[in-house]
Amino acid sequence: MKPDSLNELANGFSCPIPIDQYPQILLAHGGGGNLSHQLIEKMFLPLFHNPFLESRHDGAVFQIGSQKLAFTTDSYVVRPLFFPGGDIGTLAVNGSVNDLAMCGARPLYLSAGFILEEGLPMETLWRVVQSMKRAAEEASVQLITGDTKVVDRGKGDGIFINTAGVGVLETPLTISPASVRPGDVILLSGDIGRHGIAIMAVREGLEFETTIESDCAPVSGLVLSMLEAELEIHCLRDLTRGGLASALVEIAEAAKLGIHIDENSIPAREDVRGACEILGFDPLYVANEGRFVCFVAPEHAERALDLMRAHPLGIEASRIGQVTPEENGLVTMKSRIGATRIVDMLSGEQLPRIC
Amino acid sequence: MCLAVPGKILSIEGSDPLLRSGKVDFSGIVKVINLAYVPEAQVGDYVLVHVGFAINTIDEGEARQVFEYLRQMGELAELEENGEKEVK
Amino acid sequence: MKFIDEYREGEAAQRYARMIHRLAKREWTIMEVCGGQTHSIVKFGIDELLPKQITLVHGPGCPVCVTPLELIEKAIEIASRPGVIFCSFGDMLRVPGNSKDLLSVKAEGGDVRIVYSPLDALRLARENPERQVVFFAVGFETTAPANAMAVFQAHQQQVKNFSILVSHVLVPPAMEAILSSASNRVQGFLAAGHVCTVMGYEEYEPIAKKYHVPIVVTGFEPLDILQGIYMCIRQLEEGRAEVENQYRRAVQRPGNTVAQNLIQKVFRVVHRKWRGVGQINHSGLGLQDLFADFDAERRFGVADQTFEESPECISGLVLQGVKKPFECSAFGSRCTPEHPLGATMVSSEGACAAYYRYRRIRPEESSIPRQKVEAHEA
Repeated sequence: MKPDSLNELANGFSCPIPIDQYPQILLAHGGGGNLSHQLIEKMFLPLFHNPFLESRHDGAVFQIGSQKLAFTTDSYVVRPLFFPGGDIGTLAVNGSVNDLAMCGARPLYLSAGFILEEGLPMETLWRVVQSMKRAAEEASVQLITGDTKVVDRGKGDGIFINTAGVGVLETPLTISPASVRPGDVILLSGDIGRHGIAIMAVREGLEFETTIESDCAPVSGLVLSMLEAELEIHCLRDLTRGGLASALVEIAEAAKLGIHIDENSIPAREDVRGACEILGFDPLYVANEGRFVCFVAPEHAERALDLMRAHPLGIEASRIGQVTPEENGLVTMKSRIGATRIVDMLSGEQLPRIC
Repeated sequence: MCLAVPGKILSIEGSDPLLRSGKVDFSGIVKVINLAYVPEAQVGDYVLVHVGFAINTIDEGEARQVFEYLRQMGELAELEENGEKEVK
Repeated sequence: MKFIDEYREGEAAQRYARMIHRLAKREWTIMEVCGGQTHSIVKFGIDELLPKQITLVHGPGCPVCVTPLELIEKAIEIASRPGVIFCSFGDMLRVPGNSKDLLSVKAEGGDVRIVYSPLDALRLARENPERQVVFFAVGFETTAPANAMAVFQAHQQQVKNFSILVSHVLVPPAMEAILSSASNRVQGFLAAGHVCTVMGYEEYEPIAKKYHVPIVVTGFEPLDILQGIYMCIRQLEEGRAEVENQYRRAVQRPGNTVAQNLIQKVFRVVHRKWRGVGQINHSGLGLQDLFADFDAERRFGVADQTFEESPECISGLVLQGVKKPFECSAFGSRCTPEHPLGATMVSSEGACAAYYRYRRIRPEESSIPRQKVEAHEA
C-alpha cells in the first residue's frame, strides 16, 4: 500500500471496508471465509503492517537472542457451550495449542481471558474451567496468567474466552506458506466435518444413533514427533472454521501456488456425510478442531504418512493431493466422477439450504 | 426444488393421519419426520425427505434401473459398434 | 450412504459419458430446469464429461432466484418490525433486496431465524404466543406440501399468530414461457425430479406434444443426470418428443395424490411475477380464501412498490438459458457471491453462483489437464 493511504487510514479518514456495502459487521465477518479475510486484508493488515502479519500464518514466529519463539491468540464464542466431545474450555486450550503446533513450535504457556455474562451459573463456569485444566494437562501446557471481566446480562453469550499461547521452536525449519514448493505432497490427518456437525446437531436438534463427537484435540504431540523425525515439512495448517477448503485456499493464496486434490481421498464418516446431506452442507467447508493438513517434501511423504497413521490422532491420515506449479493461488479438485472443479472460499458461513 | 434426501424409517407414531410422524435414519443421523404424505410407508421402508416431510417412498426395485439401463445400453452400443466394423 | 453413493460412482459415470459421446451425432441444446440439478452438474463437473456438441443451459428452477424483488423487500419490511419472528429457509437470507438482505436485518437487530421445516416455524408460533411468527414460504411444487401442511395445521389448531409470505412458483408454465419465447434455443428438457415426485408428470405430456420437445423426468445425482441426458439425446436423435421417466425410484406418473389434495385445499393457482423474467400467468400459488388470514401480506398490510434492478445484471437471461453466467460483463468482478447484483449469484444453486464457485475460469481457459473421456471415433 502507498504511504499516503497508510497515513489516511491511521488518521481515520477513510475506512477501507466499503461502508456502502458493509456498514455493519455481519456474522459472516467471523466465519473464516471471504468476508473474514476481507476484514483482515483490508483493515487489520495494512494498519498494523509488519512482516509477521504478512506471513498470514496461524501464529507469529520471532526470535529473541538465539531462541525462536511462537506466539498466537484465539477467541472462543461457541454456542452451545457444551457439546459432545468437548466444550468451550477444551476448544480454548486446544485452539491455541494447535496454532502453536502449526508454526512448528512446542506449546508451553497459555494465558486465558474470560468475559463472563452476569447471571452465568457458577456451576457452568466450574465445568468449563475443569475442562481447561484437563485439556492443558493433555497438551502439556500450563496456564500461567489470566484475567476475568463480567458484562451485564444480555451482553454476552454466557462465556467468551480468549487464550494466547507461547511456544519454542526446536526445529530449524521455517514452517509457513512461504516455504511451500511445487510438488509438495499434501497430507490430511484424519476425517473431516465432525466438529461442525457435532455443534449443528445440538443446535438443530438432530439425534444420532451413535453420537457424533467433536474431534477437538491437541495435535501438538503428533506434530512434534513428525518434526523430531526430521521430516522436511514446509507448512502446517489446522482446519477450523471454513473447513478443509478454506485452509487450502488460504495457503494457496498465501503461497501463490496451485493446489490439486482428489475428492475420493478425503476421509469423512458416513454419519457426518448423512448430516451434511440433510442440511445441504458440503463437508469440505464444515469446521474441524483436531485435524490438520501437512505440506511435505515429496521424498518424505510416505514416511510422514506412516508416522501419522501410527499415532492415535492420525489413524485415518490420507494423502489428498499436491502443490502444482501454477502461480494462480487456486485450489482444484478432481470430483468423484472424474471431472475437475475449483474449490473456492465461501463468503460466510454455510447456511442450511433446501435446494 | 430440490434437496430431498433418502432415509430409512425406524419407527412410526401418531394415529391422526396429518400428524403421523416417524424417526428416520439418514446414514446414522436420526430425525423426526412428518409421514402424512406417505400413508402406506412402513418401518424399514426408505422415504425421500424434503424440509421435514417424506414426499414419497423409494422403490428399491426401480433403484437398480439406472445400472440395468447402463448395462443394456452398453451392450447394445457394443453390438452396434461391432456391426459397423463388420460392415466396413 | 444408501441411495446416494451408488449414484455418484465414478466408473459408471464415465461409462454413461462414453455412451453419450457415441450417441450424439448432431448438436443439441438441453435445459435442466431445477437449481439442484444445476448445482450437481457444476459441482461434479458433469458438463465437462459431455461431448462438445451438447450444450447444457440452466433453467429458472431456483425459487430463491426467481422470487420477485418486491417480495424480498416486503420480507425485509416485515422482518424489521418489532415483535416479529421472521423464519426462513437458509437460502433466502442472502438474496439481495433493493439495498440490503435479510441477514443484514438480523445484524440490525431483527429476529430472523433459519428453520429446517415450516413446521418448526409453526412450533415457534405456538411457543411464542405474544409474538407474530412469519414464515417465508418460497419454493416450487416440491415444497408446497410442507407449506400447505403448516397452514392447515395452524388453521386446525387455531394458531392465530402464524402467517406465511407466499412465493410459490410452478414449473410447467415456466417451461412453456421459455418454449414459446422467440429467442428459445432449448430442444429438450430434464424435468425437475422432486417436483414430479409430488405432482407426477402428466402435465408435461401436452407440453412435449405441443412444442415437440422431449422431456425426461430426471433425478439429482450424477448418474441420474447422465442417464437423463442420454435418454433425452436418444429421443432427439430419433426424432421423438415424449415424456420419459429417468427417476423411477422416486417418481410415478400420477405423483403423490395425498400431497396434491392438501395443496389444492390450501392453495390456488395465481399469476406470479418471476424475478428477471417478468409475469407468467397461472405460474404461482396463493392461499385459498379459507386460509387468507394466514397471508402475511394481508396481515401486515405491506404496500406494493416497484424497484429497479441493477442495470448490469442479466439474471433473467441466465434463468431463461439465453446467456451463460460468464457472458455477463459483471461476472466475477462487480458481481460476486460477496456482493451479488442479482439473485442468481446468491443462491447456492443459482447458475451464476455455481459457476463462480466451481468454475471461476471458463473451461476453455483452464490450463489444468481435464479428465478425458474416450470419444467414439466417428
